[in-house]
Amino acid sequence: MSSEAREIICIICPVGCRMTAVRDKSSPSGFLVSENQCKKGETYGIKELTNPTRVLTTTVKIKPGIYNRLPVRINGAIPKNKIFTCMKVINKVEVKAPIKIGSVIIKNILNTGCDLIASRSMKAS
Amino acid sequence: MYDIAIIGAGIIGTSVARELSGYSLRIALIEKDNDVANGTTKANSGIIHAGYDTRPGSNKAKYNALGNSMFDKLCEELAVPFKRIGSLVIALESHDPETIEELYNRGLANGIPEMRILNGREVRKMEPNLNKEVIGALYAPTAGIIDPWDLAIALAENAVENGVELLLNHRVTAIEKSTGHFKIRTSASGIEARYVINCAGLYADQVNNMAAAPYFKITPRRGQYFILDKNSGSLVNSVVFQCPGKMGKGVLLSSSVHGNLLIGPDSEVLDDKENVETTADRLLFIKEAAARTATGIPFNTMVKTFAGLRASPSTKDFIIEESKEAAGFINVAGIESPGLTAAPAIAEEVVRLLKTIAGELIKKDDFNPLRRKVIRFMELKDHEKRELVRKNPAYGRVICRCENVTEGEVVDAISRKAGAATVNGIKRRVRPGMGRCQGGFCAPKVMEILARELGRDMQEIVNEGKESYILSGTTKGEQDYKGKERSE
Amino acid sequence: MAAAIEAKKHGAKSVCIIERDKELGGILQQCIHNGFGLHIFKEDLTGPEYAERFIDELKEAGITYKLDTMVLDISEDLHLQILNTCDGFMRLKAAAIVLAMGCRERTREAVNIPGTRPAGVFTAGTAQRFLNMEGYLVGKKIMMLGTGDIGLIMARRLTLEGAEVRAVLARRGYPGGLMRNVAQCLHDYDIPLMLRHTIVKIIGKERVEGVLVARTDEERKPILGSEELYECDTLLLSLGLIPENELSKGAGVKLDPATGGPVVNESMETSVKGIFACGNVVHVHDLVDHVTDESRRAGKSAAYFVRNKLKENGPLIKTEPGKGIKYIVPHLIRVDNLNKSLQLFMRVKEVYSNSRLIVKADNEVIRKSRKMHLTPGEMDNIRIDAKILRQEKPAILSVQVKREEE
Repeated sequence: MSSEAREIICIICPVGCRMTAVRDKSSPSGFLVSENQCKKGETYGIKELTNPTRVLTTTVKIKPGIYNRLPVRINGAIPKNKIFTCMKVINKVEVKAPIKIGSVIIKNILNTGCDLIASRSMKAS
Repeated sequence: MYDIAIIGAGIIGTSVARELSGYSLRIALIEKDNDVANGTTKANSGIIHAGYDTRPGSNKAKYNALGNSMFDKLCEELAVPFKRIGSLVIALESHDPETIEELYNRGLANGIPEMRILNGREVRKMEPNLNKEVIGALYAPTAGIIDPWDLAIALAENAVENGVELLLNHRVTAIEKSTGHFKIRTSASGIEARYVINCAGLYADQVNNMAAAPYFKITPRRGQYFILDKNSGSLVNSVVFQCPGKMGKGVLLSSSVHGNLLIGPDSEVLDDKENVETTADRLLFIKEAAARTATGIPFNTMVKTFAGLRASPSTKDFIIEESKEAAGFINVAGIESPGLTAAPAIAEEVVRLLKTIAGELIKKDDFNPLRRKVIRFMELKDHEKRELVRKNPAYGRVICRCENVTEGEVVDAISRKAGAATVNGIKRRVRPGMGRCQGGFCAPKVMEILARELGRDMQEIVNEGKESYILSGTTKGEQDYKGKERSE
Repeated sequence: MAAAIEAKKHGAKSVCIIERDKELGGILQQCIHNGFGLHIFKEDLTGPEYAERFIDELKEAGITYKLDTMVLDISEDLHLQILNTCDGFMRLKAAAIVLAMGCRERTREAVNIPGTRPAGVFTAGTAQRFLNMEGYLVGKKIMMLGTGDIGLIMARRLTLEGAEVRAVLARRGYPGGLMRNVAQCLHDYDIPLMLRHTIVKIIGKERVEGVLVARTDEERKPILGSEELYECDTLLLSLGLIPENELSKGAGVKLDPATGGPVVNESMETSVKGIFACGNVVHVHDLVDHVTDESRRAGKSAAYFVRNKLKENGPLIKTEPGKGIKYIVPHLIRVDNLNKSLQLFMRVKEVYSNSRLIVKADNEVIRKSRKMHLTPGEMDNIRIDAKILRQEKPAILSVQVKREEE
């Protein structure tokens, strides 16, 4: 891990603070994050350097819904480097309508501890 | 064996087809593209010219004058919107009035009715938005506006209703003269016909050369246009031409029959018969040229730009004659401006020609010249609207918000003879895609309706030609993430 | 939906939503990404999740709605013409109308890209609908022009569904959408962001085959000679949204050319009495949360209007965009209709770092707000205490930007 300062754009909220994060042995977390406007940004900055995660939103096939696809989301954040593997797993799924918002479609996806859930309710067509 | 094979389903081919469909003949209308009116016919000014502009004694002059007078009846029979809004050739420079006078005299020689020369004050009264520098104009009340593809589509529909066989996606590749007939090879199937009428537009020379020695050349001459929002259409009340002068023919400003503002064209001789690109420099030229007619043209309400190719003949005049080498092969070539205006008269001439070659033709008793009216839902009265939706609920669903076009109209356009089978085909017949959003809102709905009515998958629906696919597959297919997955 | 719920809450007896799509939710149903509701619900929701909250509340409140129904016309005297397949063509009279029609997307023609006119040119929103609701891919090798949020979101979305997004171009020197979207949509997926570039030609006979990319100068004009060919089968356009106000125009509603939407007062009422407006139809928003705030205000005001509780006379203040400000919403303020405070929404004309927003009541400065980063791509807001407005009774309330060093 490089000791150089890294520019990180915070994605926690729409402000999108342009922060700088760098290793800092003297700080309790081991990192120093600056130019964040709130604590959430600091947490995010540190996370980006140690274990970057992302919220994944996508769609799955649904039959016989009023549309061909059901929007879904991961109810947490998964490691950034698992995104495409996750997509491959999610793409194989076909859900049956009707379905309620929040229903678990894949439990503990790829052992991340997060579930893939329905992002909306959809009636059968 | 067909009696007649017409090559090309543009405005000329469809006019000829419809005219001939009144006789007891087996007719094939052969078209290389995926829809009728796909060449020059869909990309021109849509002006029905008064006819003073053409050289007296020429075919252009003869058929322009004749054709113009036929438009009211024709458009009524075919239920095609047509407006005689009149035209003005405006004088701006000091030497222009001389040119105006010349055009006026030419018009007299061509037998053009009702023309008048106006002074600056009279012009400004007619057209308050023109530049104050206008010193006068030639006014021709018989000029009009139309959607040219609309007419060709209506002609094709009427022709097919009356028994003509429309063969789309049939590109003619070779023509062989046989005894008493022609063997036509196309990209799809072979066709045999006793007589051939060559209405192949830009490719009329190449088609002629398949059957006989070359004797004329068609050169593509491109013209580019702007179309502005419907709210801008009332800038001018008539078709406003600039006086031809040192700078060339000038550009025109006109409202279209649906109320958009049309600006253009320029003129550029090209090599490539397929080059319908718009270019930044020529569009700028047109923009600047248009400012001579009126300042403050709201170009920021631009809805579309497009380009069309004129089929310019080496003979400088319409070629309407039987081939001297190939008996029974009639060339109708080089139909550049005023081709649209001349079309109905040209069609009549072609029939007359055919009769001299083939002998008298038997008229059909059951020929129906009338095309079923196209319902434009928004133009109906309240009680008509209610009645229609009761009968056919599809008219109760608006699928094009910009032009307020209903699903019923789209379904109708698909179900007619020579009907729409592509997104642009729907656009040209009923207008979704012609508005401010340029299909952004309506395209998915139009595609859905096309897929449903034609019994096809959404992925098979094309924009225009057979290769113009819109969707490239479904999500959730076997995706190759190109190594983006990393191992844990 | 928010306006309807709020109208019902504040005493409107019959409230009806007229929606042209086959279900409620509007554009949110295709916005399957997260980032919605951070202010309103203090949760990070997807578009459909956000919409469903309101759908549930709406249904519980017993508010009626007509789906698959188009409003064809609205007149100045609050008559509507509507159409659907079941009820047919109808004329209605309303006591008040709330306009919430949203936007349409800016097209290729609006930016005049010359070349051929093949299939394969999409606006980002249309592509989003195909992908997320119908489940179709619009292309395999994609170039994108425009860095509005919708485009950035779609760049990521298309990549996740297996397409290759070759590059995203911004005509200006800065992206048009939120920086967080640049980070989580482009940076995350190594999609090149090419600032100060534009497309000068579309190539392809029947389907897009490539585009010519050129660098732009300070005025966003292409630099001759800098053209480079990029092969692709799809061109996605994310050139911004235009408030869809054709119905508003038909009703005689006065529009502000700076926003593209109606001129509104503190109650979100337009220049036509009884016609209110909220959301993207008034001005293009970045956050749905602000849309909800605005819509609740409009709905409540519409109910008050019907109950004759809106004060029409009394001191009137005009807001005026000063130096650096493109527009301010609302345009007019009737002080007597304010509660504790008033939120002014605005956008700046260019990028400002380290500056202040200065609010003046006539010539007197009443508020200074330090802003580290202002950009046209992100809407700003400033809250003004109503007490000051009642005290000072200014004719004009202006906002301007002042750089720190000035």
